[in-house]
Amino acid sequence: MLAFYRRLYPFKSIFAWLNHEHAPTKLFTHREFAFTLQGDVYLRYNSFANADELKKQVCALNPTRFEIGPVYSARPRDKKTVRPAAFSPQLRELVFDIDMTDYDSIRTCCSGADICRRCWTFIAAAVRVLDRALRDQFGYKHLLWVYSGRRGIHLWISDREALELTDDQRRALVGWLTIIQGGKEMHKKVNVRIGTMPLPPSIASAYKMLQPVFHDLILEDQDCFASEEGWQALLHLIPDKDIVKSLQELWEDNPDRSSEDKWQDLEDEIEKKRGKGLRRARQVILTAAKEDIILQYTYPRLDAEVSKHRNHLLKAPFCIHPKTGRVCVPVDPRTISKFDPAEVPTVSQLLNELDKLAPVQSGEGAEHHADWERTSLKPYVDMLDKHVMGLMEETRKVKQKMGTSTFCLLARGTLVY
Amino acid sequence: MQNNTDKTRNLALKNNNAGIVETHSHLRYPYRLNFYDKPPLEDITIEDFETTALDRLRVLAEIESCFARNRAFKEMQTVILDNVCNKYLELNRTSNTLKPLDEERRKDHIGHFVLRLAFCRSEDLRRRFVKAETTLFKLRFDVEDTTEKMKFLNSMNFDWVLASPEEVQEIVPSTSSEQPGRYYKVKWTRVPDLVEKRRVLMKGGMAYVPAAEQASIVFQEFQTHLEKALEATAKALPRLDEDTRLVPILDNLSKGFQAGVSSEWSGATEGPDGALRADMIDEMAYKHFPACMRNLHMCLRRDKHLKHFGRLQYGLFLKILGLSIDEALAFWRKAFSSIQDDKFNKEYRYNIRHTYGLEGKRANYAAKSCQQILMSDEPGPGDSHGCPYRHFSADNLQSALLTMYGEHGLTSADMPEIMNMVKAKHYHVACTRVFEITHARQGVKKGEGVGGGESVTHPNQYAQRSRDLEKKMEEGKEADGDVVMQG
Repeated sequence: MLAFYRRLYPFKSIFAWLNHEHAPTKLFTHREFAFTLQGDVYLRYNSFANADELKKQVCALNPTRFEIGPVYSARPRDKKTVRPAAFSPQLRELVFDIDMTDYDSIRTCCSGADICRRCWTFIAAAVRVLDRALRDQFGYKHLLWVYSGRRGIHLWISDREALELTDDQRRALVGWLTIIQGGKEMHKKVNVRIGTMPLPPSIASAYKMLQPVFHDLILEDQDCFASEEGWQALLHLIPDKDIVKSLQELWEDNPDRSSEDKWQDLEDEIEKKRGKGLRRARQVILTAAKEDIILQYTYPRLDAEVSKHRNHLLKAPFCIHPKTGRVCVPVDPRTISKFDPAEVPTVSQLLNELDKLAPVQSGEGAEHHADWERTSLKPYVDMLDKHVMGLMEETRKVKQKMGTSTFCLLARGTLVY
Repeated sequence: MQNNTDKTRNLALKNNNAGIVETHSHLRYPYRLNFYDKPPLEDITIEDFETTALDRLRVLAEIESCFARNRAFKEMQTVILDNVCNKYLELNRTSNTLKPLDEERRKDHIGHFVLRLAFCRSEDLRRRFVKAETTLFKLRFDVEDTTEKMKFLNSMNFDWVLASPEEVQEIVPSTSSEQPGRYYKVKWTRVPDLVEKRRVLMKGGMAYVPAAEQASIVFQEFQTHLEKALEATAKALPRLDEDTRLVPILDNLSKGFQAGVSSEWSGATEGPDGALRADMIDEMAYKHFPACMRNLHMCLRRDKHLKHFGRLQYGLFLKILGLSIDEALAFWRKAFSSIQDDKFNKEYRYNIRHTYGLEGKRANYAAKSCQQILMSDEPGPGDSHGCPYRHFSADNLQSALLTMYGEHGLTSADMPEIMNMVKAKHYHVACTRVFEITHARQGVKKGEGVGGGESVTHPNQYAQRSRDLEKKMEEGKEADGDVVMQG
């Protein structure tokens, strides 16, 4: 792990990503870092003046992972000398965590800690829906998706407005995005309509994106309704006793019908009823029930607690996941369907690549920083750098605007702030 | 934002027109609604200072008490506006020219500002004050005439922007055949409550609020404005040089408010037979626990595990029930029987000690009330916490209730009554009814609730009452026994 930190971990890029510009500001100096060491020792409230200090400490401690917290009102390392009332979180990226275990009740290929190319599709769909929603509806531009190393994905939003959101506002935003609610004992988990009204527009646009996913992933690939447990769960969501009865009989007699066929059976039953003269109101209810089922099986399942509180600590990008050895690399949402967790570089693979490289001139400390450029890690660090450039450009623009306005005001002889 | 000390400056009031009929335009306070953005600027007597505040305090304390009893909005309007306000803080409509409108509104105005001074001092008091005042404003706003409302809002000069027809066309789904109504365009961070409930449309970070939701924007503004004002007041307060006259009054007022809502469920209650032990929990759960805790206990036994919020809700309940930290550690250790010692010590021990205030910031957490269980930390897939009356689907709830309480006298004949209450979202009433039915053998009658007609507001209240009833029966039996032996 030490060699990884010394030669491969992109400290300068991470610094720039958190700091938004070259010269250190409070965004970095007042930022909490938490280290997890061997033997599960946990060290909180560390802070650093610049990227070099951070790197030095990480190399000295060689943590199994480290996490990033909020920007506090004072330097976290000075916490003990500050009045408790004067030490509170001020700024923090808006973060999201999607974990595969939240899909365990509906995925059929793996469970628990496992993940494969097939069930990753759940996450890919979730990423597409959330990415679109956050950009279109909330207007956020600086989104960084990061693979969590094993079975999930994190999102970090660095827009200025997102950094400034209070806990209450984060909670409201999560509320807007959350559709699937209800514990183990609740069958129908999607309850977003007022009476029999159509889906709210924000969810309707997500639904359009998820319809094909339902067909390809839920019906075909995962075959969610093949097992008895699976199709019983489906029956619980159908608000029509007659249809449920017919389907129950049909499926008990023919348990091996594929999910695709079973879904078609449902469509057929509804069609049959319509033929016999179904009231408009009932028709609307059944269509709504179908839409809700599709949403329940495909809509993103977020870990709300991660997003709601500014002081939540989240694993830093490019850390190594201790159980898989894989690097937590950034992921491009536009090509997420092609992403394969099994192809993410592992630490041993990267160190192997380093060993095979031609030796660089000795005596130059600088080459240690740039070694990642010559390994499979390069495209991922490039992704982060590109994202960072966007952030720094934004900061430059804001500073320019402030500078010009001050200049204009000075020129006019008044300085109103 | 002017400092509240301004109100003791000299700006003599010309006329206190009692008895003369005022026309609308001559009133100092043209509307009975008030945003409290301008402090009173006049001389007032110390007596007025105190009485306006005390009367208002009664109203606010009653509001808090309504929340504790989980009263619905309409109920609160009857209780607060018709009963309490009529006695202490009357505010008549502008059309009711026979009443001393200016006098009433002045009292309302001054009382609010005096209470600001009293309650700005701590974060807890500020939060409670803001909540109570915002609720009072909402109650009054709701009953106000539409024309008065519009006039009041127009006078406030809020900077709301109406979305242009082109903008509206872009975002409102074209599937609806009717003409889209008016929408206000505001930054979404100004209306987080509406966003959370999806009552607005969102695009590019702007929330498009239907005109019908205008009231929500007003309430949000009221709350935000008051929060900022209180913080400013708190900063200015030390400079107020009134230690002999006003500070004692203010101290008295804040103490009155703090005594208002019970802090009963923050300290452990003494068990009737002394210490509560870990091995007693199974039996206690069977005999005395409400459905939420019974469910958590059953899930714990079945899965030998509980997720975080389940452990939190159940753990705090057990703490207040009277389980000491050592017994708690023993209980959870035995419950999580399939994991090894070192894993338990590493992953769970710290958190159990944290809930007892022995780690971290050493906060003594109170057990969650029914209100908190219903409203915060919604259970997600895989969770067992929450309130079964709310978070279980209808058939699961019925079978669960019959499993848990069948042997205590709950039958399927009782289900329709219970389910009606659940459908009407009166979860605490349903739970209380179950309590009555299952404790009928101990003499509890319908309507008696958990003592004196009260409904359940806290799981520990349910459990405590159940234990008390059992104790009474035991004592009754013992008395009989003695008589028999002596005889």
